[in-house]
Amino acid sequence: MIELLRQSGSSFAGDINNLILLVTVLAGFWLIVAEVVLFWLVWKFRKKPGVKAQYVTGERKEEMKWIHWPHNIILVCDVFIIFFAIKVWHHVKQELPPAQSTIRIIGQQWAWRFIMPGADNVLGTKDDIETVDELHVKVDTTYHYKLESVDVLHDFSVPQFRLKQDAIPGRIMTGWFKPTKVGHFDIQCAEICGIGHGIMMGKLFVDSAEEYDKWIASHTPAEATSH
Amino acid sequence: MGTTTPIATTRSVTGMPTGRLAVWWVIGSEIVIFGGLLMCYLMLRLKFPHWALNSSHTNTFAGGVNTFVLLTSSLSIVLAHYYAERKEELKAFGLIWATIFGGLCFLVIKGIEWTTEIQNGFTITSSLFWSFYYTAAGLHALHVIAGMCLMGWISIDVLQKKNMHRVELIGIYWHFVDLVWIFLFPLLYIAK
Amino acid sequence: MATTHAEHHDHHDHHEMSFWEKYIFPLDHKVIGMQYLFTGILMGVLGAFFSYVFRMQNAFPGIEVPLFGLVTSAQYNSLITNHGTIMIFWFAMPILVAAFGNYLIPLMIGADDMVFPKINRLSYQIFLLSVVVLIGSFFVHNGGFGGAWTAYPPLSAKAEYNLTPWGSILWLVAVVLEFVAFLLGGINFITTLMNSRAKGMKMMDIPIVCWMIVLASILFMASAGPLIAGAAMLLFDQTIGTGFFDPARGGDPILWQHLFWFFGHPEVYVVFLPAMGIVAEVITTFSRKKLFAYKVVLFTTFATGILSFFVWAHHQFIAGIDPRLANIFTVTTLLISIPIAEMLFVYIATLWGGSIELTSAMLFALGFLATFLVGGVTGIFLGASGADIYFHDTYFVLAHFHYTFVPIAVIAVFAGLYYWFPKMFGRFMDETLGKIHFWGTMVGFNGIFMPLFFTGAAGDHRRIFDFSNFPELAVSSLQHLRMVATISVIITILFQFVFFWNFIYSMFRGRKCTENNPWKANTLEWVAACPPPHGNFLVMPEVYRGPYEYSVPGRELDYWPQNEKV
Repeated sequence: MIELLRQSGSSFAGDINNLILLVTVLAGFWLIVAEVVLFWLVWKFRKKPGVKAQYVTGERKEEMKWIHWPHNIILVCDVFIIFFAIKVWHHVKQELPPAQSTIRIIGQQWAWRFIMPGADNVLGTKDDIETVDELHVKVDTTYHYKLESVDVLHDFSVPQFRLKQDAIPGRIMTGWFKPTKVGHFDIQCAEICGIGHGIMMGKLFVDSAEEYDKWIASHTPAEATSH
Repeated sequence: MGTTTPIATTRSVTGMPTGRLAVWWVIGSEIVIFGGLLMCYLMLRLKFPHWALNSSHTNTFAGGVNTFVLLTSSLSIVLAHYYAERKEELKAFGLIWATIFGGLCFLVIKGIEWTTEIQNGFTITSSLFWSFYYTAAGLHALHVIAGMCLMGWISIDVLQKKNMHRVELIGIYWHFVDLVWIFLFPLLYIAK
Repeated sequence: MATTHAEHHDHHDHHEMSFWEKYIFPLDHKVIGMQYLFTGILMGVLGAFFSYVFRMQNAFPGIEVPLFGLVTSAQYNSLITNHGTIMIFWFAMPILVAAFGNYLIPLMIGADDMVFPKINRLSYQIFLLSVVVLIGSFFVHNGGFGGAWTAYPPLSAKAEYNLTPWGSILWLVAVVLEFVAFLLGGINFITTLMNSRAKGMKMMDIPIVCWMIVLASILFMASAGPLIAGAAMLLFDQTIGTGFFDPARGGDPILWQHLFWFFGHPEVYVVFLPAMGIVAEVITTFSRKKLFAYKVVLFTTFATGILSFFVWAHHQFIAGIDPRLANIFTVTTLLISIPIAEMLFVYIATLWGGSIELTSAMLFALGFLATFLVGGVTGIFLGASGADIYFHDTYFVLAHFHYTFVPIAVIAVFAGLYYWFPKMFGRFMDETLGKIHFWGTMVGFNGIFMPLFFTGAAGDHRRIFDFSNFPELAVSSLQHLRMVATISVIITILFQFVFFWNFIYSMFRGRKCTENNPWKANTLEWVAACPPPHGNFLVMPEVYRGPYEYSVPGRELDYWPQNEKV
């Protein structure tokens, strides 16, 4: 359902979509029930000449059940939602699958810097590729990201990936994603970070394996290839 | 302004005089302010054991004397309340000013202590420990000053035998100020 | 206080007060309530104007906004920041808690005033000072603060990051002053309700709105403390360069978020509860019904109040807190939906068997229920941690909390104003204009925020001054939705002129209210004259029953005032 508004592009996007669907169904049901009852009561018990209102304290058992039953069913709905919410959360944020590659993402006022491991797939070596506002990843690869910030809070957000994480100065936030669709997507900053917050955008390119290798080859720094 | 006390103020549905009830609520809201500050301090302190290096430079002796001074001043305000209840306004007046003097001693000792520390280079921006040290003690000192001003104002009424119940109210508040110090002293001075 | 014969007013009639004493430095709770009301409304107008400016920029980027001009990104940030701050601290709180609380509590519990009139006056004066400081902050070097109403450090802590060296400091000072004002006011509300109820008024005879305002004050008192301490810390970070929230010096920026939201979430209920209270009075009066299960309302309120202290981190799911912590807060957040839902069900159940008269006040009260339900239900998406990963900081969040705050601070307030207007000013507001105002407001309000649910779900992030920088968001389908929202803002604002005309005209020329109890309601404020004199009651009333004894079988009249012996 949410895919109609924004396509998904990562392995866990589907789980989040389903959770949103579940909440939509359960919460939507209660919203419709409550609204219908509300409007129906307003219409049914509208003021009519000669008809006096009833005296209902709402404290007798057979009256209280009208409150208690919905209450209990909502509790059941809540338990369902809690269960699936935690399940999705656990999968997306809590337990990291083993990484096939690791990248560094550094937020600063008002740009994203990306450090990719280069051909040897190891960070901190000479062939690391550093880019600004442009991130290239290989499709169907599990990435870990190390998210940092050099000044204020930022938030690395890729709506298609259903991915969002605050970047905090002084800390390194680790998370993961696995792109599943080739294409290019917007990266947004989702935490106000000063007057340039509205221009702090980046591009995320999900490349096929061949294209990715080509890109790596053409962007590896000269000093790394010289020996 | 030509107004008299409203009837509302004279009622006492809970059985507790309105003034005392209000002072308890004031203290309730103060507890969460100090509580919030001390929670922040405690959480960071437990996270960073090396703060002990900083706190070893605090003057425990001066802190100890100040604890004694404040406790003594609490005693004098209790006595002031006792005499205020018995309508002996001169004794109550004297004891209120003894309490104010206690507060003054506290501030003087604090002032000497801070001056030495600042001269030794430990200012509020030196490190996070010192930031907390000056912020928490400073906030407490502001409460001491506020209490002293209120006591001075109440003492004038006491001399005229007006609003004698306010001696009890300021007494409750003063005990609270005292109590906050009882928390600050071990947290900022003794824990090394 | 021994007997009632002591409770006579002999002092109020002698002394003719000057204009100065009566309106500028008043001690009368009703006048102080009015001061809060009018200051709050003026601030609300300012906040609404801000929203018009940034919505225009949002829908038509780069346009020269009529009445404002070009909007720079710095101005945009400052506008959204101060819109949020004003609407919560200088509009919702002063009107819902302070204005209604001051005006209603003494009248409804049968007292002649607050217990501490001078502290009450001081509270308003400090509040007014905070208004002056806040407005002053817009005109200092580099303009007002633009780091969002949540003021997360390090952005808010350092001028080199936020570029508003004075605006950020003044903003913080203004917020703290406002807090002090409400702590002073709150102590008055709480002690007045506890100690000064009329003879015979037991705990369960207190009108719900009084309960709600007092419980809101207690919630505020219990939650604001840590943030006041935090504000002192942030102020030192800003001004003298301490490092409480500076990670480079051992501080922790997340600490502020905890302090802020530990206050921030209960704050939602601080404004929500009084709104529920107002709605309770209005729907019982105009459906001639006893409130369904008075005690359940109270208990669910207590439950909500207590739970509200354990949900704060749901604002920080993706802010870098321990991911295991998020699970706990998901549970508490979803649990809090239960008492809230139950409370709303109770209100809906109250309508059953009633004789519903759709006056303007009643329409607004029902409108509150209908729209608040949307706000409540959409909160579930955000409380469910897994779904929040997607929705966090999008317009979906914004639409969600506006569907709670607008019903609370606007719709319920209108219900209260239409309902108590005859008591406040001795005249009626025009019902036809009231209904035009109602439908215009409802259509306009839904027109603003319904589209924003969809732009948010499509990935629009908040606080972005120009979406054309983001190719995926700059598409015309989303831009059209933004335009619908903006045009709805203008429509909603235009319909408020109907209200202002009605309000001001009726105040002086409206149909006169010739009786004390025009709505045939039960609570004690309707015993006093319209408008009540200083001192409220000629003879202090006594209470014999609960506030909602409508349509009692065997009685000829369908209402039974609390103060009538038989």
